[in-house]
Amino acid sequence: MSNKAVETISEATVLFAGDSGDGMQVAGTQFTLATAHAMNDLATLPDFPAEIRAPAGTTYGVSGYQLKFGSTDVRTPGDEVDLLVAMNPAALVVNLERVRIGGTILVNINSFNQKGFKLANIESNPLEDGSLDKYRVISVELTRLTRETLADSDLTRKEIDRSKNMFALGLALWMYSRPIKPAEDWLSTKFEKNEPIKNANLLLLRKGYHFGETTEQFAFRYEVNPADLSPGKYRAIQGITALAMGLVAASQKSGLNIFYGSYPITPASDLLHALSRYKNYGVITMQTEDEIAAIGAAIGASFGGNLGVTGTSGPGLALKTEAANLALIAELPLVIINVMRGGPSTGLPTKTEQSDLLQAMYGRNGDSPLPVIASSTPGDCFETAYEACRIAVKYMTPVILLVDGYLANGAQPWLIPEADSLPDFDVKFAARRKSSENGEDAFLPYLRDEQTQARPWATPGTPGLEHRIGGLEKENISGNVSYEPDNHQLMTDLRAEKVERVKAEHTPLKIFGEDSGDLLIIGWGSTKGSIEAAVAKARNGGLSVGAVHLRFLNPLTDELAEIAARYKKWLVPELNNGQLVKILRDRFLLDMTALNKVQGMPFRASEISEKISEMIG
Amino acid sequence: MPPADKALPKMPPGMKKPAGKRPAEPGSGEPVSLPVIDEGPSKLTRADFTSDQDVRWCPGCGDYVVLATVQRLMPEFDVPKENVVFISGIGCSSRFPYYMKTYGMHSIHGRAPTIATGLKASRPELDVWIVTGDGDSLSIGGNHIIHLMRRNVNLQILMFNNQIYGLTKGQYSPTSEVGKITKSTPFGSIDHPFNPIALVLGAEATFVARTMDRDPKHMREMIIEAHDHPGTGFLEIYQNCNIFNDGAFFEYTEKATKAASTVEIEHGKPLVYDNGNKGLRLDGFRIESIDLTNGKWSVDDCLVYDETNRDLAGIICRVFWSKDLPQPFGVFYREQRETYEETLHNQIESVIKKVGKGTIEELLHAGDTWLVE
Repeated sequence: MSNKAVETISEATVLFAGDSGDGMQVAGTQFTLATAHAMNDLATLPDFPAEIRAPAGTTYGVSGYQLKFGSTDVRTPGDEVDLLVAMNPAALVVNLERVRIGGTILVNINSFNQKGFKLANIESNPLEDGSLDKYRVISVELTRLTRETLADSDLTRKEIDRSKNMFALGLALWMYSRPIKPAEDWLSTKFEKNEPIKNANLLLLRKGYHFGETTEQFAFRYEVNPADLSPGKYRAIQGITALAMGLVAASQKSGLNIFYGSYPITPASDLLHALSRYKNYGVITMQTEDEIAAIGAAIGASFGGNLGVTGTSGPGLALKTEAANLALIAELPLVIINVMRGGPSTGLPTKTEQSDLLQAMYGRNGDSPLPVIASSTPGDCFETAYEACRIAVKYMTPVILLVDGYLANGAQPWLIPEADSLPDFDVKFAARRKSSENGEDAFLPYLRDEQTQARPWATPGTPGLEHRIGGLEKENISGNVSYEPDNHQLMTDLRAEKVERVKAEHTPLKIFGEDSGDLLIIGWGSTKGSIEAAVAKARNGGLSVGAVHLRFLNPLTDELAEIAARYKKWLVPELNNGQLVKILRDRFLLDMTALNKVQGMPFRASEISEKISEMIG
Repeated sequence: MPPADKALPKMPPGMKKPAGKRPAEPGSGEPVSLPVIDEGPSKLTRADFTSDQDVRWCPGCGDYVVLATVQRLMPEFDVPKENVVFISGIGCSSRFPYYMKTYGMHSIHGRAPTIATGLKASRPELDVWIVTGDGDSLSIGGNHIIHLMRRNVNLQILMFNNQIYGLTKGQYSPTSEVGKITKSTPFGSIDHPFNPIALVLGAEATFVARTMDRDPKHMREMIIEAHDHPGTGFLEIYQNCNIFNDGAFFEYTEKATKAASTVEIEHGKPLVYDNGNKGLRLDGFRIESIDLTNGKWSVDDCLVYDETNRDLAGIICRVFWSKDLPQPFGVFYREQRETYEETLHNQIESVIKKVGKGTIEELLHAGDTWLVE
């Protein structure tokens, strides 16, 4: 149908930006879905303010959704933007520095007026003062075209103006030859019960698409060929969805019911939302009165033989600290998911950071080690959530799963795993017996498994296993309250040893790049993509660099010592002020270099590249 | 309120029976067909509920009576022993679970309601008890207590009120009277105290009662009532701390003063006290004490208590720290309301009925998918 020229490119980065009420997250998500359908590889970066509807037109109210897609491996949401869709002057001002020189800027010309400039704190019209000379600017009358399209509709002016994101989405889909059907299907389901809104949105989406075809502003459109993905069945997945699915999969494979206790907190609330829809999988979700109640209820459920899970973000993890230690000393399985945001205190609620690692490792009273693992991609959220559940049950311990905020919101194409390929997850409850205490047949709640050091999981309702647990130190084996000095030493050592035994769950580290050489980069969490992009670039430039990415932050793999010994220098990039690097230096006694960024945004690959050059270039 | 005869959803065996349906004892009143007796629970004795741990409360502590009363009562409840769970927080009273030969958890300060809620919500067939104190439940755990009440989780909560912090050796508590001299208030406490009954009534409690440690018979009745209530049974127990707050309730508990300073409230009965010499009547919204001996007033003038009337409970519970009026004991309020866990599991079942039980294949393959060859 297209009569315009098509230019094939290997990758592109698009950023939708507008007011927090402009529907930019929706436009971005739908563009992502269409891109997934076009079988490109992709990575996304939603970036929005903490305010729900910040004053319109202001710079602090700007909400953005960036994605990079391509026919080759896409590891990051893109260092530089090829197309910026700016719904108003503020969105342009805030994001201009991200656009590559020569990139395209599509603006809603109707919002470029004196009022808009004043709100964006600019003196003159950037479209006229030459400040955009280095870019290709496309001015579209988005507001007017939207109103014109919907002139015959019964919608209010406010409703009409709010729909202009669909026009912009339609146009962007056309510009990159994306299919329009996924967005049409989504709108049809979403507004199933509101015919006028549904029809208006569908009409605008198509108008936007056709506008690209007809207007003379576009001489050609782009096309990105399908990526060379491994064969199989795919779906687009967000980190949060993957977490929820990982938990439910763990429930299905183990036969344990999930009990999820949570108190609303950005950006973890979406996990509560997702799990609350899985009722037909027997999932119990409970929105509690506070963070402490959320973990308390999960502990109660675990005591009862369910898989207790609680989710939160940094400040909430701080509140859960005491209860986490109860689960630790009572040796009950529990999964604590921390979707990390900028701190300290309330910090930057909607921005990403990795600054809760030390809190997860050490933020409890007493000597209180527990397994800490981290997800590295949206898809990896599935595997790590499953793994956290499995370890919690197998070793009878709380496990903290750290998820960078931007992974939780970010999306990627995900090769759907076969249910049979998931690791075995068998659960052994202590079996009923005739008498509970005082005698040869006495039940011993702290008699440990030789291999894992885990104590038995004896749940109320089982005859003969009546026993008491709690926060007071217990005598090993018998489980009676004990203040004996030697026993406390023994129990402290046993709790540490139990976490050490989790090393049996480690899989060999995969080295990306050179497996020995001048520089080893050690990363964790969401920085994987940026690190690998930088390593690939450095190797192309002839540098000898390798990278490993850690899923287990505690216990650390012994293998890392042996791998690190094969390199001359070590670099640890983190979205915090230097946390994993402290742990690694302490553990391996190596003079590791830190690369830190705490700006609420992920690393650009170029930032890591620069550091590589500085160290070994 | 649902109709009284509304069939409750099917629950696993051992699930608490609704109030008022305790099996009649053989030989009492009208002939009844004897129920088939399950051999298990009926043979149990107090010893079956007494753990081998040494009880470590101070000699003379009011906690001993509560423990003994509960241990004696347990065999009488129609609940398999393995289904009984005691959960506590921190404080003297919270050592309680260690002395019960049942499942138990001595948890962290103030949080027992959260743990008990998670347990009961996920295992409705269990018979869950919370043991707590005035500091544990009304100070550090204040938030959880009120939310437990509004949710109406089917469990019972024994709140030992001794108006002092015992385990930390004698600081004033949220129920201590103004002016109380303690280690942390050498010039007298300036905090206005909580009225625990008013607090939980305000938090939408469905069962609210008060008893005292020195009246084991009344306590026994109240524990049975709290236990058999299908919902959160809140029982405040005035309990003497003979070390740090000795005699706090002697006015109500000792023979010489008890009759004149307390009134037993019972559903459908007039509020009469002081061995029938005095009564309580309503003057507008105010309670007043009337003399039944001088011919001016009679029992007919006394307020007939209605435990289903929340407003009345609100009025009578305000008799608190009063010199002129007797302290009420008994069931202040009782309401039948669907429990949290019933609603929870009904909702899950209705969703399953509607969309079918989920499988792992459906979970993984839901939504938009595409094939890469």
